[in-house]
Amino acid sequence: MIPLSWYLIVAAAMFCIGLYGVLARRNAIAILISIELMLNAVNINLVAFWRYLTAEPGTNVAGQAFAIFVFAVAAAEAAVGLALIIAIYRNRQTVIAEDINLLKW
Amino acid sequence: MPVTALQAVFFVGAFVILGASLMVVTSRNLFHSAIWLIVALFGVAVLFVLLDAGFLAASQVVVYIGAIATLIIFAVMLTRRVMQSSPEAANEEWWLAAAVTLLLFVLLAAPLAPFFPGMLWRVQSPDWAMAQPTGADASASLVSLGQQLVSAGDTTGYAVPFELASLLLLGAMIGSIVIAREKR
Repeated sequence: MIPLSWYLIVAAAMFCIGLYGVLARRNAIAILISIELMLNAVNINLVAFWRYLTAEPGTNVAGQAFAIFVFAVAAAEAAVGLALIIAIYRNRQTVIAEDINLLKW
Repeated sequence: MPVTALQAVFFVGAFVILGASLMVVTSRNLFHSAIWLIVALFGVAVLFVLLDAGFLAASQVVVYIGAIATLIIFAVMLTRRVMQSSPEAANEEWWLAAAVTLLLFVLLAAPLAPFFPGMLWRVQSPDWAMAQPTGADASASLVSLGQQLVSAGDTTGYAVPFELASLLLLGAMIGSIVIAREKR
């Protein structure tokens, strides 16, 4: 059988890879893609904890419900984030995060 | 220790997830990043199937791969011209980011892997780290999930967050149309 810690380690590694992408990538779309990786890692954790530590996983589905709400938030975040990037691209002709410094003084 | 079939599937899924995630954050071509993101999302769907969450695996494919990844590919195509002008994918502080995330991973994984050889310190691993899935049958969870998402009971029922999520999606939809619309 698969111990719970295996899932948690895979999710931790995926989260850290996504965090590296958020911190290191220059392209704003790449940063959004990395955020999706981080959200997916959290979803793996939620579902793994639900399956392994819930006494009655058939009736108590809190972990799955949380994961579904993470889906909804991720969809909203991707839509608004990509709309912002396209609006910025139209005005400034760039999607490089370092060059978008309108609010920097 | 012989590897069972389930463990083999898990290893394949984990390998696909981690390899594709690394390709997502390292590949220079943003379009390739988006394609590797789809591969990583498929790997996550495999793990959901292993965890008896079939509905989540299906919605992972439909929502994430069908909607979000497609949206990202559209955005990549719409902003394509910028990719040729900036060949450098990572900024100058990428080594600092790599060090910080590596440190975070070690801190996260150290308590979960008590038998990792060559570790300088021994952390008491929590009991649940080696837990096996409870023998209870999880195959009926889809029925409970469907009922609880729209019921407003005292203890079990997610009707209010469900409606809030639909409001959030409506707001995000209107907001992204307003933001991305061409100003005349």
